[in-house]
Amino acid sequence: MDMKTIYLLIPLAPLFGALVAGLFGWAISRRAAHCVTIAGVAVSFLLSAFVLKGIVLDGVEPFNGTVYTWLTVNGIEFNVGFLVDSLTAMMMCVVTFVSLMVHIYTIGYMEEDPGYNRFFSYISLFTFSMLMLVMANNFVQLFFGWEAVGLVSYLLIGFWFKRPTATFANLKAFLVNRVGDFGFLLGIGLVLAYFGTLDYAAVFAQAPALKDATVTLFPGATWSLLTVTCILLFIGAMGKSAQFPLHVWLPDSMEGPTPISALIHAATMVTAGIFMVSRMSPLFELSDTALNFVLVIGAITALFMGFLGIIQNDIKRVVAYSTLSQLGYMTVALGASAYSVAVFHLMTHAFFKALLFLGAGSVIMGMHHDQDIRNMGGLRKYMPITWITSLVGSLALIGTPFFSGFYSKDSIIEAVAESHLPGASFAYFAVVAGVFITAFYSFRMYFLVFHGKERWMAKDHHAHHEADAHDEDEHHHGLGPNDKPHESPWVVTLPLVLLAIPSVLIGYFAIEPMLYGKFFEGVIFFNHEAHPAMEMLKEEFHGPVAMALHSLQTPVLWLAIGGVVASYVFYMVAPAIPAAIDRFFTAIGVRKLLEEKYYMDHLYIDGFARFGRVLGTVFWKVGDVLMIDGLMVNGTAKVVGFFSKVTRRLQTGYIYHYAFAMILGALVLMTWWLGGVLVSQ
Amino acid sequence: MNIMTWSSLNAGVATPEIFLLCATCAILLIDVFLSDAKRHISYVLTLAALVATGCLLVAGYSLQPQLAFNGMFIADPLASLSKLGMVVGVILMLVYGRGYAAVRGLFRGELFTLTLCALLGMMVMASAVNFVVLYVGLELLSLSLYALVALQRTSSRSTEAAMKYFILGALASGLLLYGMSMVYGATQSLDVFVIAQKIAHDEANRLLTVFGIVFIVTGLGFKLGAVPFHMWAPDVYDGAPTLVSQLIGSAPKVAAFAFIMRILAQALEGFAFDWRSMLMVLAVLSLVIGNVTAIAQVNIKRMFAYSTISHMGFLLLGIMAATPGGYAAAFFYAMTYMLTAAAGFGLIMLLSREGFEADQIADFRGLNKRSPWFAAMMLIVMFSMAGIPVFIGFFAKLAIIQALVGLGLVWLAVIAVLMSVIGAFYYLRVVKVMYFEDPTDTAPIAAGADAKLVLSVNCLLLLVLGMAPDRLLTALTTALQFSLHPGL
Amino acid sequence: MLENYFPILLFLIIGLLVGVAPMCLGWGVGKVLGTNKPDAEKLLPYECGFDAFEDARMQFDVRYYLVAILFILFDLEVAFLVPWALVLKDIGSFGFFSMMIFLAILVVGFIYEWMKGALEWE
Repeated sequence: MDMKTIYLLIPLAPLFGALVAGLFGWAISRRAAHCVTIAGVAVSFLLSAFVLKGIVLDGVEPFNGTVYTWLTVNGIEFNVGFLVDSLTAMMMCVVTFVSLMVHIYTIGYMEEDPGYNRFFSYISLFTFSMLMLVMANNFVQLFFGWEAVGLVSYLLIGFWFKRPTATFANLKAFLVNRVGDFGFLLGIGLVLAYFGTLDYAAVFAQAPALKDATVTLFPGATWSLLTVTCILLFIGAMGKSAQFPLHVWLPDSMEGPTPISALIHAATMVTAGIFMVSRMSPLFELSDTALNFVLVIGAITALFMGFLGIIQNDIKRVVAYSTLSQLGYMTVALGASAYSVAVFHLMTHAFFKALLFLGAGSVIMGMHHDQDIRNMGGLRKYMPITWITSLVGSLALIGTPFFSGFYSKDSIIEAVAESHLPGASFAYFAVVAGVFITAFYSFRMYFLVFHGKERWMAKDHHAHHEADAHDEDEHHHGLGPNDKPHESPWVVTLPLVLLAIPSVLIGYFAIEPMLYGKFFEGVIFFNHEAHPAMEMLKEEFHGPVAMALHSLQTPVLWLAIGGVVASYVFYMVAPAIPAAIDRFFTAIGVRKLLEEKYYMDHLYIDGFARFGRVLGTVFWKVGDVLMIDGLMVNGTAKVVGFFSKVTRRLQTGYIYHYAFAMILGALVLMTWWLGGVLVSQ
Repeated sequence: MNIMTWSSLNAGVATPEIFLLCATCAILLIDVFLSDAKRHISYVLTLAALVATGCLLVAGYSLQPQLAFNGMFIADPLASLSKLGMVVGVILMLVYGRGYAAVRGLFRGELFTLTLCALLGMMVMASAVNFVVLYVGLELLSLSLYALVALQRTSSRSTEAAMKYFILGALASGLLLYGMSMVYGATQSLDVFVIAQKIAHDEANRLLTVFGIVFIVTGLGFKLGAVPFHMWAPDVYDGAPTLVSQLIGSAPKVAAFAFIMRILAQALEGFAFDWRSMLMVLAVLSLVIGNVTAIAQVNIKRMFAYSTISHMGFLLLGIMAATPGGYAAAFFYAMTYMLTAAAGFGLIMLLSREGFEADQIADFRGLNKRSPWFAAMMLIVMFSMAGIPVFIGFFAKLAIIQALVGLGLVWLAVIAVLMSVIGAFYYLRVVKVMYFEDPTDTAPIAAGADAKLVLSVNCLLLLVLGMAPDRLLTALTTALQFSLHPGL
Repeated sequence: MLENYFPILLFLIIGLLVGVAPMCLGWGVGKVLGTNKPDAEKLLPYECGFDAFEDARMQFDVRYYLVAILFILFDLEVAFLVPWALVLKDIGSFGFFSMMIFLAILVVGFIYEWMKGALEWE
């Protein structure tokens, strides 16, 4: 088979599954729906693995070509094209593998849901969209994939569209992403305007020449073209990858079913921004200002979102805030010019975060859709597989040596330490402090869920304490005092086990080729002189085992251990301590600040959104109702309608009128043009 | 004087036409010996003949023009492609109209033979390069159409429509012939290429030629249904059986395009300055009157009639540009409009059944609840006609407007766009009626599976072509490139 | 500038002439030259040599049309055959077979009209 056919088949196989399950979902059985979608994704995964093998082991040349030209306007081509190099191949494998796991997991998780076929259709459609995004070789297709994943995310967050909270959450996600996409689109527009092309390769080739180009945004403000472009593109990434201050949609997106929280809102879609910036490394490398911006935004996200994870009681929200914080880590790596490290963390994170989410989903199923960790405890006896795999995921997340998360996160911290950008010292503090916080909230959740007393027996006021909308819904009835949690079926636990394996091993095996080998050579570009972080890292690296042993001498590991110990003491040994601390922080108002998520939602909803609505109302009343509707639309329509009635009268039905009109027409034509000829002679 | 021989005739070039004529005669003879119960044999034979004609056209396709019948007949890409379009249009009409004709007693041999004769006339029109042959083709088409309109003899509306069509058509034919005779007088030739040469060498009397052009444009305007020669169209579309309306509204527009190309773009190219401005007046009037009057219609067939008038305004704008790009855009418009109109009428027939004509817009009420699939199909047709992007109609309009803007005729482009916006109103009204109102008619759709399948393919084609319009447009542009100045 | 409006003037003049001149002419010439002495005979519709006994706008059988059209068709066929027969030697086999094709098409039409019963009066 021709390679081009394979590349085409990879995104089209899930699309086919999505179309079958979506359009004919009413006609086919659940079994058929999940078989066809899983088959599509499985084909896609196997082919992706084949492609990755070809590039890594057999040295197949990267592919960059157009598959189909959609249209050509003024010499600018809008193409569907694929750029398949090591970065793409790796992303393809991650996306399809996690997607495959989630597909299988969904069979168990969504078993009782009436929207079963619809759900499979959506997640397959998502896989298609994500593949189009990562395989793009031009900005148009990138934008298509970008919007398509956003659309599917919107559909899936609001999957249970009868829940008001879910529809609110999906609207919020959509709107916040619009803000990011607006910047993204402006960035693409700048690229088109100044580079005259939308093809990656052509843009990158021109970038060094335009290093000193400037753009005047408004009179008196002249900026470097590349800085503005990169920041605009990064604003797109901030929306999609939930970076501060556009992060607010991600925690709310947990309203969606857990499989998609794992697939879309942890492992793949939210990393699109990271992927995009890595892809654009030849542009970002030329602007220190933009990199610094990226670095600071990432550091804020990494640190402050971690704090919020500590006070959450909803199991999915804890994982969601940890995702935000980890995305911040990746962004910090990007800012430090360690693109390969960011992508490496992206990959390891995809595995262990998907694992954690699916584990949380399994717990939720075992708890009969109760998500409050205060009602859990001691689940390790009842759900052994979920327990072990969640432990593995948590260890990977906090960066235990030899686990995958250790290699990627430690590399990020090292890279930041070597960066010379103005924001680097703050970023370094943020990522190091983040280690402790990550360990603390991860193990807080772990201990509360799997260890300690079995609290669902004496279910107290907590269940209704929050009076969350969740609790009122039929899906959230929770466990009665006499029920017992149960281990999930094999379709749920199998993906957990399969995800746990790479969560442990992938870092150990992949760090050397990905970060220090030739894996990303020619794909990710960095300026060795201006941003020497990767070079320094390479000098210090003496193999994965040495790295793990060396970590014993660094504060990072001890901070992580400290976090774990602290959470053990607080939640297993002496629950009075956190209660006391809680009282103290409540007294000084920090608790309120955290509960209200730094008041970001208030700012957006009561500030921007309200202002927008007031403005909108004014425009609507004056502009739309009075001017456009009244004067222009209805006015025009009335005039046209009047003439319509008049011309209609001409059609009398009498043949002599018709013939008369014809003769008259001929006569006018004759007089006019013959007259013209006569006059001209 | 040269004696004609078989070899000088070069009749092989006209194989599709000759085959079609023989097939028509054969079907005529076979049909008179068939009982009513076996009428479907004629139907199948007719379709087979049409498919075979199409295959012959494809097989004989060549970019290099070939003359036949002593230079009176040409087979060039323009002719071949438009003939292919016409064959498709006629096939669609027969497939969609089968059930409709059967329940109305129109499923007779005359339907098939007259349709085939009309097609033969159209094919001759497309291939003729001699004024007399052009005229013969036109008359063959027209006479067949007059008879077809009157096919439903017991319906007074049909006969009235046929009578109007016949009388006005005769008048228009007379004017056209008169114009041709003037051009003949001015150039002493009936041959398209000779006339072009004479005009190029300034050997034609300008006054006389322009006088002739006025009448030719009048005749052509009638055939296209351009304002002010359009009055027949609404009455005929409305009065004729819907399958005949479909025939009149689709394939002959392609033939008329080829016909105009032969006369105006090839023979009278040297006087483009004069006929361009005449066409411009007709085009603008057609756009305005067609679109504005369509709004007041409650009968969907009449609405289609006015919509056709406005579409022909667009077509004329493309021809009026008198540039290769303009001609190509007009050709593209004619071909895609043929497909769109066929689908539109097909959908009307789909909803009709014995004793019920779905010819009011109100009959489409709540179609979405009765049949979501065909509501979606009608949606595609309406969007395509309104020129909404992704559907093929958008690209057809875009090509025309590009040609106009390329010539600097921005004000014409603005009128065209404005009128399209007005036009969108009545197309979208049909969509609104289908999707947002409750059905008054709950009878199931009675059409056969063949019609449903072909209709769906037809409608989806409007969408698929809209996604990849480049290929068709390029093919048509190339065809015109090789046809307009063959350099024989 | 003003000559641009000349066509409109011309149009008006031609329209006026076409509409008014024949009326004026007919009325004026008749007044001057004619005498006006109507009687019953003169006011009757013309009927070939004998008294009009019925309204001239009567209905007649549509079948006359059919017969007349068929007659014209086959009459023309014969009209073509006469000159063809005269020059048959000069035009050779090409001329001969051309006419045969023409006749064959006519025969098809003849068979059709026969089978359809167009040749039977009742």
